[in-house]
Amino acid sequence: MLLSGADIIVRTLIEQGCDVVFGYPGGQIINVYDSLYKYRDELKHVLAAHEQGATHAADGYARATGKVGVVIATSGPGATNLVTGIATAYIDSVPLVAITGNVPNSVIGTDGFQEIDITGITLPITKHNYFVSSIEDLADTIREAFRIASSGRPGPVLIDVPKDVQIAKYEYEPMPKVEKDEKSAAKDIRIQQAAECINNAEKPFIYFGGGVISAEAREEVLELAELIDAPIGCSMMGISGVPTDHPRFLGMQGMHGHYACSMSMHNADCIIALGARFNDRVTGNRAKFAKKAKIVHIDIDGAELSKTVEPAHGLRGDVKLTLQKLIPLLNKANRPEWQAVVDKFRAEEEAGLDSREGMTPRNVINTLNKYLDADTPVATDVGQHQMWSAQYLNFKNSRRFISSGGLGTMGFGLGAAIGAQLGTKQRSVLVTGDGSFGMCLNEMATAVSENLPVVILIMNNGVLGMVRQWQTLFFDKHYSNTVLDRKTDFVKLAEAFGAKASSALTLEELDAALNQAFNHDGPYLIDCAIDKDEFVLPMLPPGGSMDDIIVKIGD
Amino acid sequence: MDNRFTVAILVNNQFGVLNRVTSMFRRRQFNISALTVSETESAKYSRITVLSEGDEISKQQLINQLYKLPDVCSIVELNPAETVSRELLLVKVANSGETRNDVRAAVDAFEGKIVDYTRETTMIQMVGDSHKIDAFIDLLRDFEILEICRTGAASLERGNTTIRKVTNL
Repeated sequence: MLLSGADIIVRTLIEQGCDVVFGYPGGQIINVYDSLYKYRDELKHVLAAHEQGATHAADGYARATGKVGVVIATSGPGATNLVTGIATAYIDSVPLVAITGNVPNSVIGTDGFQEIDITGITLPITKHNYFVSSIEDLADTIREAFRIASSGRPGPVLIDVPKDVQIAKYEYEPMPKVEKDEKSAAKDIRIQQAAECINNAEKPFIYFGGGVISAEAREEVLELAELIDAPIGCSMMGISGVPTDHPRFLGMQGMHGHYACSMSMHNADCIIALGARFNDRVTGNRAKFAKKAKIVHIDIDGAELSKTVEPAHGLRGDVKLTLQKLIPLLNKANRPEWQAVVDKFRAEEEAGLDSREGMTPRNVINTLNKYLDADTPVATDVGQHQMWSAQYLNFKNSRRFISSGGLGTMGFGLGAAIGAQLGTKQRSVLVTGDGSFGMCLNEMATAVSENLPVVILIMNNGVLGMVRQWQTLFFDKHYSNTVLDRKTDFVKLAEAFGAKASSALTLEELDAALNQAFNHDGPYLIDCAIDKDEFVLPMLPPGGSMDDIIVKIGD
Repeated sequence: MDNRFTVAILVNNQFGVLNRVTSMFRRRQFNISALTVSETESAKYSRITVLSEGDEISKQQLINQLYKLPDVCSIVELNPAETVSRELLLVKVANSGETRNDVRAAVDAFEGKIVDYTRETTMIQMVGDSHKIDAFIDLLRDFEILEICRTGAASLERGNTTIRKVTNL
């Protein structure tokens, strides 16, 4: 049938399985919004307060569901406002399709009103992007964007559509949902070599990242751990990849990782790294990182295999399929000695745990834990609250910890919690800090307009706690611009947006507030007071090694 | 140690593809000493030849990062022993009575060609692999070089192999 470009965009999105898109209208995308109006019964559009929030929402939707998130914006500032959100998704390998309008082809290149070269701007932060100069290519470009975004190592794709292409008419023929590129296991010879290496190990350690979540390889990871009697740790992106309370799971590794996890990894003689990329927050000083270990690195992205650390065996392939071929080649093992070492680290961690009473970060997160279902998505912003969440939150199901890992985007959380709620139809939670929340709190309006059950827990300490922590430790307590000293009343603010809210000064008040929040039909904000001098521990100083680990702050 | 290497890349012949490739080189700080782009036997593809420098790991990293670009169709590292590689040089040197004969001798020794000749200047054209051109330029430094322009290498593997047989297009 003959349709306008705008109609083709919306029809193709529906055809590709989209049920909700996020965005913000404007002059050069107005035709698409007219089509969204026309097809409103088939495709829900969520109007954000700001394009950045819309991108984070599409990102949160994608992380929580595994489906491609879609965000729509106009040209110029609408498009540039997507940039932080796209970069966040890019670094964390989140499948996203961003559609932007642009000035008509006849005006392109003349610095027209709200013209911007968004394909140029997003070149380094997208897996691929397109400028669709003619309507003949429009539908197929969108289909290809979905394929690229979701295939292999997922990532964002941007499609820039000039206004005349949205207006032009062309024959549209519905097509089936695109198939992802076929996945494959690593080469057999590599798998055999890796199996030999693992079979010869005495102190194996399984370390996984977000790749295990996107490959849906939980069962294989647990089977592997059982077979070779190995402890499991993960990067921050791996959290929720296996159940937090699994007896072999030591939690997150890295700069603020669990002591037992980091120490076990440091002392292992073989690290089996699955869908992880050895970021500097994980390795610390690379020269001193896991010197005793041979690394077996499995990743779908071959470029990760020797990017930062040199593995003994680099296996390029889908983690799930590769493990399925690897596991039968491995010997069943029992390692009481290695487990005793790991248990000793666990006991040391246990002994060093923060056992104070009252509104400590750990007690706050544990109080929240009581309210989480197996399926509750928890988003975070970035900073101390994020690390406390990563350390102490309990997860059962995959895709339930939604946090900006690689880019560390403050302001990510509220949009992401909104997207996760809409994607999963579950009540979602945002754990945030007063600093991060201040960055994109405008999305409260979105949560209220859509009446979304989102519980917002602000760990409010009146400071930019993570930077302050560094200033305390490394900058002689020069608290340069980290003391917020704002007079914002978050309860009143939430009420002004039309949400419910309460504040909590004690754990009892927090418990009561959470009880209300988890029974409220709509967004509910809890302003939870935390001391400004709480630390995230343990801590590997930037560029340090396990020898430099800070476990306790002496006074 | 000479750790230069040459990589030939077949890419979709589309607007902006060169930009995608060079943008990746720039943001990951790969060291590129020469780069050429040309049309190919097929209107669908362009060919990019890159001369870079680095150890085995950085070479593999460059190739692996290239593979991630959807417009890259195939990549082959060109082994110098099995590759014909040619570059074109145009160089303009000052023309004077004292140096005229020496310049001529150098041009003859390298089988170059004088393509422009005035009272003050001589322009020389030379074709060869990049090492030969480096050596010739080095020789000319004894005289007054006014301007240099080199094309970067065009390289093809000897024998039956073609880049399109390397990966599935």
